[in-house]
Amino acid sequence: MDAINQSILTLILLVPLAGAIVVALMPDRAKLPNWIALLTTLASFVLTLHLPEHFVLGQGGFQFEVNRPWIQNPAINYHVGVDGLSMWLVVLTGLLAPIGVLVSWKVINQRRKIFYSLFLVQQTAMFCVFISLDLMVYYGFWELSLVPMAILIAMYGRKDGPRAALKFFLYTFIPSAPLLVAILWLYARTGSFDYATLRILIAHGSLAPTALSWAALAFVVAFAVKVPVFPLHGWLADTFAEAPVAMAMVVAGKLGLYSMLRFHIGLFPEQARIVAPCLIALAVIGLLYGACLALVQRDFWRLLAFAAISQLSLITLAIYGLTFNGWAGGVYQILAHGVEDAAFFLLLGALEYRYGVTRIDAYGGLGAKLPRATSFFVITALAMIGLPMLSGFVGEFIILSSTFTGVSRGWAITAALGVILGAAYMLWLVQRIFYGPESEMAAARPAADLEFREMAVLAPLAVLMLVMGLAPSIWLTSIQTGIHPPQPKEAAVLHFPFASVSVVTIPSQEEGRR
Amino acid sequence: MNEPLYLWLIPLLPFTGFVLNGVFGRWFPKWLVTTIGLLAPAAAFGVVLNAARGLIGFAPAFASLPYVEACPVGWISVGTLHVGFSFVLDQLSLVMLLVVTGVGFLIHIYSVGYMGHEEGYARYFSFLNLFLFFMTTLVLAGNLLLMFVGWEGVGLASYLLIGFFFKRKSAADAGKKAFIVNRIGDFGFLIGIFLLLANFDTLTFSEIADKLASNPGWTGGVLTVICLCLLAGATGKSAQLPLYIWLPDAMEGPTPVSALIHAATMVTAGVYMIARTHFLFDRAPFALGVVAVVGAATAFFAATMGLMQNDIKRVLAYSTISQLGYMFLGCGVAAYSAAIFHLMTHAFFKALLFLAAGSVIHAVGGEQDMRKMGGLWKKMPVTFATMTAAVLAISGFFPFAGFFSKDAILYAAYLQGSFGKVLWFVGVFTALLTALYMFRLWYMTFLGEPRGEHGHHHATPASMLVPLVILGVLSICGGWIGIERFGAFLAPATGELHFHPTTPHLELILSIVAILVALEGWLIADKYYRRKPERPRQLAAALPGVYNLVANKYYVDEFYGATVVKPLLAGSRYVLGWIIDVGILGGAAWLLAGLATLGGAILQRWQSGNLRSYAAWLAAGAAAVLLFIVVPWGAVMASLGIHLTMAGH
Repeated sequence: MDAINQSILTLILLVPLAGAIVVALMPDRAKLPNWIALLTTLASFVLTLHLPEHFVLGQGGFQFEVNRPWIQNPAINYHVGVDGLSMWLVVLTGLLAPIGVLVSWKVINQRRKIFYSLFLVQQTAMFCVFISLDLMVYYGFWELSLVPMAILIAMYGRKDGPRAALKFFLYTFIPSAPLLVAILWLYARTGSFDYATLRILIAHGSLAPTALSWAALAFVVAFAVKVPVFPLHGWLADTFAEAPVAMAMVVAGKLGLYSMLRFHIGLFPEQARIVAPCLIALAVIGLLYGACLALVQRDFWRLLAFAAISQLSLITLAIYGLTFNGWAGGVYQILAHGVEDAAFFLLLGALEYRYGVTRIDAYGGLGAKLPRATSFFVITALAMIGLPMLSGFVGEFIILSSTFTGVSRGWAITAALGVILGAAYMLWLVQRIFYGPESEMAAARPAADLEFREMAVLAPLAVLMLVMGLAPSIWLTSIQTGIHPPQPKEAAVLHFPFASVSVVTIPSQEEGRR
Repeated sequence: MNEPLYLWLIPLLPFTGFVLNGVFGRWFPKWLVTTIGLLAPAAAFGVVLNAARGLIGFAPAFASLPYVEACPVGWISVGTLHVGFSFVLDQLSLVMLLVVTGVGFLIHIYSVGYMGHEEGYARYFSFLNLFLFFMTTLVLAGNLLLMFVGWEGVGLASYLLIGFFFKRKSAADAGKKAFIVNRIGDFGFLIGIFLLLANFDTLTFSEIADKLASNPGWTGGVLTVICLCLLAGATGKSAQLPLYIWLPDAMEGPTPVSALIHAATMVTAGVYMIARTHFLFDRAPFALGVVAVVGAATAFFAATMGLMQNDIKRVLAYSTISQLGYMFLGCGVAAYSAAIFHLMTHAFFKALLFLAAGSVIHAVGGEQDMRKMGGLWKKMPVTFATMTAAVLAISGFFPFAGFFSKDAILYAAYLQGSFGKVLWFVGVFTALLTALYMFRLWYMTFLGEPRGEHGHHHATPASMLVPLVILGVLSICGGWIGIERFGAFLAPATGELHFHPTTPHLELILSIVAILVALEGWLIADKYYRRKPERPRQLAAALPGVYNLVANKYYVDEFYGATVVKPLLAGSRYVLGWIIDVGILGGAAWLLAGLATLGGAILQRWQSGNLRSYAAWLAAGAAAVLLFIVVPWGAVMASLGIHLTMAGH
């Protein structure tokens, strides 16, 4: 078993890569690339399940760790490992891969070889981002995860692919340049790309604080674009509207959020604490901003994009609250959001495939004809707006309560307004697509309800949403082992700018007793 | 009392029904759907009865309450936050459970006949079972977060059932409105939960109560804020001012749903919640005062709106809001047992009113406008008789159920000093209005000459008549237990002193006043809607301002639309969407890109949109990165004379 534990992460990386090569070499005949990609991704998913199965709860630090020199000079090591923070993200990435293949099954009909091999390459890149503990390797694969995305957006865009790809490119590549500079600067100062070494050296205080602040800033900006954090979200709506569904499904959220936790706050706790109030403010603004814009979108992909901005801002809020509970809730919410988003992408993709339209007002009254799609859509919408007993509630509650008790009451209350707006835009979307009298377009194009392939994905996802809402301990127990938010040197108090306006002056318990 | 009560079965049985009918109902034959749909609440009711038998049958068993059943596995457990699944049975939850599962079961039976020929029969029963699942969870919850689960869950069931006829736009709109307005209240509820967590470190009712008990001097302050937050949640769920607006629209749902969810059970959850957290409200006199004022004001305003409605279900909807106002008034004067007493009797007669109205609607082929009814008493005697009992009960005539409970609330209010006397007066005046609009409904529907053209009258099936008769009996006898015994039974759970009629004469006088007032209401209705039917129109013409204001429901919906909904949508679309997102942020991004384009011919080629060159550049970029990894970078830098500090080694 030790041998497997030693090599499992490497296997997880290599299996999709091997699949990509096989797809590239095989002829593009019938559904052959699809099947190879499906089998590969299923295999890698099964491999990722090995991690939680053999994760040792009592043991802190990284597990399944491999650390071998790769390149002597510069000192780049193949250093990989997972802890409570990253393990479930690897599993989530593994889970979304076969779903991505199944989503693309009928939609991608040309140049399948290119599509599926790039898809699998990106899979490897994403896995590597989550497990690599060497900054240079991390950076290389961070960039590599962007390349297939940009190419596929340009190739498979629905209306204006190249423009959206350019936007994606400009937004995500340009901030990566300072990130690279910052990583190289760190290397120049310390001689190491290793995460653990750098962490110790930075904490030691031997680096110039001003320069360190700039390096930290370069890190956080690159990650904030990728999440995206308001006001750096300009690429997301176009990407959602243009990218192939399988790619859009994984483009936002988890990579950037995880990188914030591990490489921004993990490496630069002091600097992170300084920018935290700013990011908290941006997160809360983004949460309400995304929700308000989701209310008025006319295209369902764009609606989903702004909804995602709102949802992901909540997680950003959790991360920069720098509390233990907030981080646990944040990581949990990344998982929950990943699952809910996947279901949404599949369902909206299914609608687009059937009707060829993404304008919401063209739809209406599908409920009678597509009862199964309606049921799953409603379940997913409810999970996303945080209905208790479904996946979205647990993370949302932990995040908001920890923000309220540990960070700032004002921001928590403002963020909680998103609960109302979320219900409004989601239920309105449900109503406009599925309820009411049947629209002309729906009547003109009779479409079949969800087929087996789609049900085979959605049914497990729906069950997963329920289990995640009912038994979050399955995930939270191991997530908590990896959570070490920086301890404040002196009580860091965050002030809500309108503190004087929110006049609810609340006496402490001791005062009340008197 | 070591015998287990299997409380977890109470929510689980309806949940099973929901899953079976919800997932497989499409393929089940109708009889199987009916069997599953009825068996689930019947079995749950059986479990409740079993618990009640053990507790009521033997007096010493009272001492063993509250009975707690906790799931060994926690629900949310992270850091210092621990919330588990725990169910608590005490006198309060027992009464509530009996009402919910008992009345719920009757309405399930009624639905078999009422919904028999509707499309989506299995869907209907699965949603109804889902409602019972969440409602029993809400009632049994041992901590506030689990209660919130049920709280939001019943909102979901309500959303699904209001929008049951989802092809009608009005039904889909009403469902959505109900959910969103409830969410506004739930926002307050959530803040209350956070405040409790911050101040008590727990959400378990018993632990909060213990902490309060060990700090006898702790009143007001943060407790007031917590109670006001919880009250915000309660006003949403129980349709009180200012969030009552969803309930009249909720009448778009099937009538049995209106009876069960929007009259007898779900909307009373706010009252139940206040009674459940009475230990907090008892320490926050200001919040209690607000509860009382909200209740009295709602009771009055809803009653005036009920006077003007012509849709039979909407009259009942406003009447429900008004009666819930009485219950809030009861809570607000700390007479929790009186409020729960009224909750129980109201469940009987209001469920009956809705079911009887449904029976009428069923018989006249879906017509809901009372102006097109009339003279129905001969054609449907059972419905008429039971409806009459319910009308007398809600108007507060002795010895019908409503008399005892309404009287208890008004008496408790009267004892609260001069402030209480004002509340009492509003309550009594509302009683007059109640009798007036209820007898108006009674006259317009059953008496007089038939006004509508309803060619064929459907016969009412037995499955609909039996629940009517049972509820009719309960509407008559449901209050006979009397507030003294009922209050004594509830006292351990609601923490009140027993009702000591210190001034029996006063109580008697107040009762007589209440009955006389109700009689006056009846007489006015008799005059306006039987003897001089032209008077209402003359009155409306004489006072056009008042008439229009009330007939248009004080323009509250329009007010919210103009001050909240429209500005939000317009602001989002134009200010946030166009000016900020597209204008400023998008402009800034493209400006940056444009500068870069001007700066270099390379970027210009990218923007050409030429896929080939574009992809080539991307590939080149990726290659550069890979190259960077492979190149002996340290050697290069060393050759350039950059000194590498190997710090820490």
